[in-house]
Amino acid sequence: MSQVTLGYVLGAAQCLLAVALLMCAYRVIRGPRAQDRVMALDALYVNAMLSIVMLGIRTGTELYFEAALVIALTGFVSTSAVAKFLMRGEVIE
Amino acid sequence: MTLAPDLPPVAALVVGVLALGGALVALLGATGLLKMRTFYDRVHPPTLSSSMGLAAVALASIVTFSVLGTRPVVHEVLLLFFIVLTLPVSMMLLARAALFRDRSEAYDASMAAEARAAAEQEAAALAAAQEEAAALARRDSETGGDDDADYSAG
Repeated sequence: MSQVTLGYVLGAAQCLLAVALLMCAYRVIRGPRAQDRVMALDALYVNAMLSIVMLGIRTGTELYFEAALVIALTGFVSTSAVAKFLMRGEVIE
Repeated sequence: MTLAPDLPPVAALVVGVLALGGALVALLGATGLLKMRTFYDRVHPPTLSSSMGLAAVALASIVTFSVLGTRPVVHEVLLLFFIVLTLPVSMMLLARAALFRDRSEAYDASMAAEARAAAEQEAAALAAAQEEAAALARRDSETGGDDDADYSAG
């Protein structure tokens, strides 16, 4: 009984995260300047990571944690590269 | 399609509350990102989802796998650790880059306006000098060819 309820609750949480992903994607498309787009992309990475961890909870396997860890480790690289580019005009001087 | 881990009721309650709370906070952060009007306002809401949202969901994951495996499983703490280490740095760098960009564009615009104003002034001065020369030439033709009158008028 508790498992069924938990299934619904986790499914609802996953749907909320999907809606959050769509909102970030809208900002990526609409953001008037480049800095808006890259910041929304960073938020997209974080929300995708949350979604993967939620999927790991739902299936009960520890496999998905590693995918989330890869996103956490390397997701900031694109933000830093575009920030450097906006400041200096090139990424590696 | 309703997958769920097989947990005892108390753990299921805790995991459900934490996961739903984390997802709600993430949604709040994304709504803020959508709704705010300037870039500097939009920097703050996503940090909600990456701090509180991530903490709640990671804690839910820790509880789930600890109860399922009957031993403490805490490697989700690594997620929090790396995000806390990298996200604020990249966000501050981006905010600084945006500030630099806005300031340099404002400077360029003010320089262009100044240059335009200076060009207009020069054109006005040139037009005034030309008119004076034309007036002098007219007076010259009216008085006739008397050299002394020209020198006294200047």
